[in-house]
Amino acid sequence: MSKITINIDGKEIQTQEGEYILNAARANEIFIPAICYLSRCSPTLACRICLVEADGKQVYACNAKAKDGMKITTTTATIESERRAIMEVYDVNHPLQCGVCDQSGECELQNYTLEMGVDSQSYTVKDVARESKDWGHIHYDPGLCIVCERCVTTCKDMIGDNALKTVARGADALSADYKASMPKDAYAMWNKLNKSVIGLTSGADMLDCTSCGECASVCPVGALVDTDFMYKSNAWELKQIPATCGHCSAGCQISYDVKHTSIENPEDKIYRVMNEWNYVSLCGAGRYGFDYENRVTSKDEVAFAKAIEAFKKADTIEFTSTITNEEAYLLQALKQKNGYKLVNKEAKAFQTFLKDYSEISGTKLYGSDLKETHNANFVISVGTALKSDNPNARYALNNSMTVNKGAGLYFHPISDPVIEGLGKSILTVTHAPLQEEAVMYLILDLFADKTKLPAKLAKYLSSFHYEKTVIVEEDVKEKVIEKVKVKKLNAETGLEEEVEEEKSTMVTKKVSKKVKVDENKLLKMLNAHEKFSETLTKNLAKKDSFSLIVGPDFYTHPNAKNLARLVALVEKYTEFKLTMIPPLSNSLGVALICELDDTKGKFTIGYNTKGDFILSALGDGDLDMPAINQQEGTLTSINKRVNPTNAALAYHGYELNDIANALGFDAQYVIEYTASLPLSSGFKAQKFDCLPNRYENDGTEVRGYLLDNVEIPMGKDEAVAPVSDKKLSGTLIYLANPVRQFSAFTNKTTALHEEAGIYMSADFLAKSEFNEGDSVKIKSDKGELVLNIISDNKISGDIACLPTFDSKINSEALFGSYRFATASIKKV
Amino acid sequence: MKNEQFNNRDVSENGYFLVDIPDYPTDGWGKFTRVVKRTFKGELFVGLWVVLREMIKFDIHTVQYPQEKMPIGPRYRAVHEMKRLWESGTERCIGCGLCEKICISNCIQMDTKIDENSRKEVSEYTINLGRCIFCGYCAEVCPELAITHGGRYENGSEQREHFVLYEDMLTPIDAFKAGKQLEFEGFGSITPHEDERVKKTPLSY
Repeated sequence: MSKITINIDGKEIQTQEGEYILNAARANEIFIPAICYLSRCSPTLACRICLVEADGKQVYACNAKAKDGMKITTTTATIESERRAIMEVYDVNHPLQCGVCDQSGECELQNYTLEMGVDSQSYTVKDVARESKDWGHIHYDPGLCIVCERCVTTCKDMIGDNALKTVARGADALSADYKASMPKDAYAMWNKLNKSVIGLTSGADMLDCTSCGECASVCPVGALVDTDFMYKSNAWELKQIPATCGHCSAGCQISYDVKHTSIENPEDKIYRVMNEWNYVSLCGAGRYGFDYENRVTSKDEVAFAKAIEAFKKADTIEFTSTITNEEAYLLQALKQKNGYKLVNKEAKAFQTFLKDYSEISGTKLYGSDLKETHNANFVISVGTALKSDNPNARYALNNSMTVNKGAGLYFHPISDPVIEGLGKSILTVTHAPLQEEAVMYLILDLFADKTKLPAKLAKYLSSFHYEKTVIVEEDVKEKVIEKVKVKKLNAETGLEEEVEEEKSTMVTKKVSKKVKVDENKLLKMLNAHEKFSETLTKNLAKKDSFSLIVGPDFYTHPNAKNLARLVALVEKYTEFKLTMIPPLSNSLGVALICELDDTKGKFTIGYNTKGDFILSALGDGDLDMPAINQQEGTLTSINKRVNPTNAALAYHGYELNDIANALGFDAQYVIEYTASLPLSSGFKAQKFDCLPNRYENDGTEVRGYLLDNVEIPMGKDEAVAPVSDKKLSGTLIYLANPVRQFSAFTNKTTALHEEAGIYMSADFLAKSEFNEGDSVKIKSDKGELVLNIISDNKISGDIACLPTFDSKINSEALFGSYRFATASIKKV
Repeated sequence: MKNEQFNNRDVSENGYFLVDIPDYPTDGWGKFTRVVKRTFKGELFVGLWVVLREMIKFDIHTVQYPQEKMPIGPRYRAVHEMKRLWESGTERCIGCGLCEKICISNCIQMDTKIDENSRKEVSEYTINLGRCIFCGYCAEVCPELAITHGGRYENGSEQREHFVLYEDMLTPIDAFKAGKQLEFEGFGSITPHEDERVKKTPLSY
């Protein structure tokens, strides 16, 4: 798209063609009031307050696109009277109880009422009873609601749950006099507002969605609030600590809002998590999973001495990826100094996968990020339970479909009602486990330029095609001529006569035809729907930017190496831009910083995991460590960005840096290592204190820095192995967490604490003899486990899910490396 | 969001600093010279003369405090009071937190929570009288005329941080029922002729 110049209030500004006037103004620090518009969603046109005059015509800045040379005035006398009338309307029947409203102090209704100088009211309508409703984790007070529909918009355009909609208010009609006497837009807006309130799409009493809380976060007034935060604190008392969420690899920017716990207890406590919702959307874990800190009152010198002893004795450090880059750096430095083996299974698998991928791609990292997925209009997700592995990737997929009129393909063995609910333009393919290679071949076959592909591969792909004769019923239109007798008036005689006339009509006939069609065996292998090709062709119309998301199922796949090469080939020979989902919070950072080993030695120090001596930020180990919300440091996100995070809460115990100092290193704070992260992996020599953490008004992400995608010499060999015909048979289990759970840290939080068990879909339960709550023994060739059955309506199909978030349940013991396994499930 | 404020990691700093005062003498000679200096300065006799002069005048204006007390104006700003609603006798305070916000010596703190009727409830409220400067801002900002100043000015206490709790300030229910609650006339009270000046919101009822 080309750059254009527009003129707003006499100021010449540059913007993209097709950009909304409101966004162009915001990017250039020009203020246009707007309530209902959300930056990355489609315009709602509920508030109408963003009225501006463009080339002498009144338009809404949020949905009018800028044209070259456009002259825009943000205020005129009529616009000002419209805006004032709109704000007066919003204040009609709005309770004057700001003193007990949680939004007070950050309320857009307060702000705009003052901005427009509303000091009296001219309009009235009789109010109807609007009782507040408890929707579970969200509390809705329709009395405060101004029906800007931001919650509905974000739920539909960003999150994809479609859990909210507008419902009838049942109020009296507006007085007819207003139509003539009021400003036009204000009346139209009021007329709509007076007919609706927000309700649940499902019609139930409680919200049943993926519980992200984004609706409450975007609410400009106090209508939607988090039930747990209600009346706990006023907005202005909270100190905002800019941070990066440490639960998954998305690395969302958040701010921890802290205040003293109570009058008796001056220690800080996190009251809520806020986000810049115009530019980043959180999931439920990020929003509600904030109190996982490890409260340690003092330095435990005895435990510390034991830890030093253990480090002297140990030959292995095993850890999970819920650590910062700096800690990963320290572990690597300790390895170089004392020769420890570093064991981290999930990061090792990812590291190996990246290495195999780079042999063909020639770059250390995948080429794209989720921002490009947001902007794409055809997205494929493969090898990941998208909604629970990385909720932000799901938002990106949904956002691309709703706002860019895009379409998607979702390949996964577990059929997912949440993904299917994203819309009609997403095609889901529920293939069997171990068939991921076939998926990659299918993508190559569908989208690669066959002339450029290596000859051997092109030949292999064509071997899947065969011609098939099918009988197709076609509608054929035929002209049928009939002779009809019509009575007509004879003009000469004045009498009515019967005249024979020819009349032709079109009749559709069904004709069966034999047609030769090109069939693809891969589709059958993947268990794709009969009309897959047909629907795909329809969905692919007018699509020009493509994005591929590859997930953690690939990294631990028995044929991971072949898959990595296939992924690289797809990126190389198709238009797809590739993003990989790192398995845990900082797996990408760990994979880039640490040299990881496969096997453990004799004496293991476990960091947030099991070991002979355990360092734990969960508070259950031999020596306490600070949790991510008590640490400074950087985290590497899926978007290949090194994001800084600040300590929200104080930590009074020992940290890894103290241990390193006792073992011969010297750094006062662990963040002194930020500048020494390995340049060869793409990190930059930047000091922690220089790393920003914010978004600009135009949505530019100014956070930390982007990793360099280091080029590495690639091999000439582009050979890939054919599809393996291995299959898993019998009852299958899958290693995946439910939505809002990622690790023991999310489970430790009060808002998210959940009973873990084996998750089964309603279909599965109906087909089997099990009921919810039954205790079952799950046995695989690797081990066995006794768990309770939990019915999960967020999955469907016949594969049961086992979680990893509860450290009491060692689900991994049932699995080999792959995330799927065969198991027998029996009642006990 | 600006990050600079987080770059200062010195957690000990809290705004206090040491004043430059010479140390007390520790040796015998030092102590001796100090006593001599203080004794022979002659200031003692100035004081003695004033007392003697006033004694022989026999013109005494002293109020016999604490047996006698001076009357206090209705606008005097001493220890705070919490008022009750005339209609129902319930507490006026809604827990909006404005007094806490406006307090320039940061001596008001409150904890709020949601009560069993889904209303905002003040679970705890304190004023640190050791820090309070009795400026009257809290009474002025209070939208409910709940917190006001009262006439109790005796703050003698064993410790500097003398706190008052919500219960101490609230009009006792028996005093309220006996009609002894007085409206405060100082900062924050309703000005005369308020009724005539207020703009009324039109309603469709």
